[in-house]
Amino acid sequence: MIGYFQEIFTGLWSLFVGMSISFKEFFSPVVTVEYPYETVTMAPRFRGHIDLVPDENGATKCVLCMACERACPSGCITIEGEKKEGEKKKTLTLYQLDFTRCSLCGCCVEACNFEAIDFSKEYNLASTRKEDFYFDLLKRLQEKRQ
Amino acid sequence: MSEPIHLLPDETFVLNVGPQHPATHGVLRIKMRMHGEYVAEAETVLGYIHRMHEKMGELKTYPQFLMNLSRMDYLGALAYCHGHVLVVEKASGIQVPERAEYIRVITVELNRIASHLFGVGSFVMDLGGFSPLMYMLQDREYILDMLEAVTGARLTYCYYRFGGLYNDIDDTFIARARAFIPRCRESLKKYHRLITENIIFRKRLEGNVYLSSEMCRKYGATGGVARASGINFDVRKNEPYSVYPEFNFEVPVFTEGDSMARYKVKMAEIEQSLRIIEQGLDKLPDGPIMPEKAPKIIKPPAGDYYQAVETSKGSFGIRLVSDGSKNPYRLKLRSPSYSNVSLFDEACVGSMIMDAMAFFGSLDLVVPEIDR
Repeated sequence: MIGYFQEIFTGLWSLFVGMSISFKEFFSPVVTVEYPYETVTMAPRFRGHIDLVPDENGATKCVLCMACERACPSGCITIEGEKKEGEKKKTLTLYQLDFTRCSLCGCCVEACNFEAIDFSKEYNLASTRKEDFYFDLLKRLQEKRQ
Repeated sequence: MSEPIHLLPDETFVLNVGPQHPATHGVLRIKMRMHGEYVAEAETVLGYIHRMHEKMGELKTYPQFLMNLSRMDYLGALAYCHGHVLVVEKASGIQVPERAEYIRVITVELNRIASHLFGVGSFVMDLGGFSPLMYMLQDREYILDMLEAVTGARLTYCYYRFGGLYNDIDDTFIARARAFIPRCRESLKKYHRLITENIIFRKRLEGNVYLSSEMCRKYGATGGVARASGINFDVRKNEPYSVYPEFNFEVPVFTEGDSMARYKVKMAEIEQSLRIIEQGLDKLPDGPIMPEKAPKIIKPPAGDYYQAVETSKGSFGIRLVSDGSKNPYRLKLRSPSYSNVSLFDEACVGSMIMDAMAFFGSLDLVVPEIDR
């Protein structure tokens, strides 16, 4: 008989403790933000998809050594260049990133000896079309320049 | 009016759980032969999320495989990455600077706490209590923000390198990690009041699906599952690796073998991880994070190498067979959840379906890691 009432009492006590914690949390500061109206600040080291880094003139630093293309585990980087007349080095004509296959490991950025590529801070990437994720990074660089 | 169906006393039916089911935490299927409410036979069906990680390991070069490890157990990924870099360093004889090893241990332990918080939270959610998960996610979020600031990713880290780390930790990280320790201890008190002492939770779990130590040995269960059944085995203590011998911590062992014990092991491990982080931050030496002569091309000499690490789920073993080329000849990944899920078939026989599902939650499984 005593056990019966004891059980009711412990049950009620558990309920009371749980409710008191919930009540306390009710007045604790809000930790969430109302995305997309508010966004949190990105960490400086956040690894987004890669982007070409411009030099002082706004041109690319890439020298077509193909180190990033070789380092990529998933083969998502395609680089094309051509040798123009009167110039010693090749110039970059296409730097395509297939973001559908990229796993954001950062091997390409580490492989680059010329600091020509870096991570972007973009994370709002959503689309229903696959083609939207084939990024032409050279074009992005030129757009940024303008 | 038709007559109600009368089942014969020994008649059974087959119940299919999953592969898409919230209680299975991923794509895992359980075929259960039921005798009324009681499980007469269970069979877990795996392979729905198999991604050939081992084969990928053979096809890719060593650095290219680094990011695959964090795709296995996405909750406690850093411990898996740790195992991989350790075995390659062992094979190719790379010396790791002490500071890098300390940072690895600190980040692994932080990640272990995050994994346990989510494991416990989702386990309680399986049983019908939703708010503890929210409180635990709040603490987990703090850790993830901290790790994101250092590694650049929230779950799928690619932080460790052969010989050291991708980048160094800064003072902000140390300050935040120091602030996290008292904060987490305070939250642990709250969780104990809210969950451990809760009468509904205790009555539900005490005595729920007993696992004997013999059964754990038979199936090779490790981690929290084995330690809840009285097996005092922790790779960090039994086969020390990295700088773990320099830390003072205990291995929580419970002998009850029920779901409550499996829950208690996780909560006790969070406390021990906090102790390790505290000591690690105190002892953190200065110095480089990469050796001076880190080899650019990894070509370990031909041989057979093995390294086990203690992850949040149990003992993770990685066997590397090298033939001296740029790619491994064989890369065998021994994942703890695979062994832990194997005993489910035998252990849950005779229990009621809801007890079996509560037991399933207490095993703390991550399905991509079972199938890998």
